[in-house]
Amino acid sequence: MTLDFTVVPPYAGALALGTFWTILITLLAGTISLVAGTFIALAQIFAPRWIRLAIVAPVFVITGTPLLLQLFLVYYGLSQLGIRLPAFWTGVVGLGLHYAVYNADILRATILSIDSGQSEAGRALGFGQGATLRHFVLPQALYVSLPQIGNNIIVLLKDSVLLSSIGIMELVLSAQLAISRSFRPFEFYITVAVIFYVINLALEWGFARVARKTEAMR
Amino acid sequence: MKTSTPMVELRGLRKSFGAIDVLKGIDLTVAKGRILSLIGPSGSGKSTLLRSINLLETPTGGEVWLDGVRVNAPLTGMAYERHVNLLRREMQMVFQQFNLFPHLTVMQNLTVGPLRLLGLNRDEAEARAEELLRKVGLIEKATAYPARLSGGQKQRVAIARALAMQPKVMLFDEVTSALDPELVDEVNAVMKDLAAEHITMLIVTHEMRFAAEVSDWAVFMDGGVVVEEGPPDRLFREPEQLRTRSFLRKHLGA
Repeated sequence: MTLDFTVVPPYAGALALGTFWTILITLLAGTISLVAGTFIALAQIFAPRWIRLAIVAPVFVITGTPLLLQLFLVYYGLSQLGIRLPAFWTGVVGLGLHYAVYNADILRATILSIDSGQSEAGRALGFGQGATLRHFVLPQALYVSLPQIGNNIIVLLKDSVLLSSIGIMELVLSAQLAISRSFRPFEFYITVAVIFYVINLALEWGFARVARKTEAMR
Repeated sequence: MKTSTPMVELRGLRKSFGAIDVLKGIDLTVAKGRILSLIGPSGSGKSTLLRSINLLETPTGGEVWLDGVRVNAPLTGMAYERHVNLLRREMQMVFQQFNLFPHLTVMQNLTVGPLRLLGLNRDEAEARAEELLRKVGLIEKATAYPARLSGGQKQRVAIARALAMQPKVMLFDEVTSALDPELVDEVNAVMKDLAAEHITMLIVTHEMRFAAEVSDWAVFMDGGVVVEEGPPDRLFREPEQLRTRSFLRKHLGA
């Protein structure tokens, strides 16, 4: 057989829409993973004992079970109980929280690794505990963690395809729809792979730009 | 007769870490504009004493006063936290390890406090920072990150950062101990300039000659107590206590 990519352009609109959703999901879930991950890490370090204990179980469930199963449980499981959540937000929040736990692991370690002299300097200037954390310790921890968090966001991008399983029209599901009409899986899957790769490159370019600032700090 | 309120006053200051008593009741007074040097062997408690003044260490007993205000006030919770944060602005510390903020430029290191704590606007904060950077001879490094500076330059920036808060008292905690010998002089020179301006200073140091030169009162500590104090001329030339004498003999090679 021969590859014939002229079958793709008629579906360009659908693929573009799929690309838009994939990027949107990645940006939203990535932001959630960073913000929630920061709060989880801070809670694990500084929160009172009962809060730390309260987050042990959810963290365990998120790291211990597959993301696909978690999405099914929340989306289809809860709907059996009459709780119907919007698919898009279920997917985005589920994906974001899943990676928040992994980001929290990284951030907790880097927050603890920031030299205690940094918070002492902040406190000695007259900053309160929270302000010292916000202005001096957290930014440094984020810069140090950036390469690893960047990796997580790239994995998150690739895992966004799982949202197709609860009916989100992201890239892979858009391609599958095109394939079901054109019967040309190879051409469409290759196209989708290239699109993912390009998004990936854009993400890495963005991370590298921020990383250049951290170079100046070393 | 008391003529004026002392700038810093310690009354029966105690600090223990668990079962170990590091400060065993220190009484000390520093008048406004005076420069006091704290000397003594490692582990004598002099750094802990300095860090108890701005409450980086919480005293376990006694009183710390700054310009007539009780620093370790009998407050709790948020009220205590707020009280301490306000007082810390007025007594800035310079650390042995510099502790500059590596993610901020030299300029930002100097402006972050005045901007966020003192309510200066950006122009005011930068003008103040520029003036101080000129004073410590580092205006050309304003846009550099601390990682690009030598140890001596870092410490001069750290001193400027502290001065940018316009404190009533400067606390120097072995500020030249982490420096290569050839970089010590540039930091000492900056401190001598400050001494000439009659900024109230407490200096913990291992450099006896510098202490003798710059300060107008010297305190020798050992084992968590003040063993002997006096004008540096007398304390360094004619120490009365045996412990002071043997310590100085080791450190001055005299």
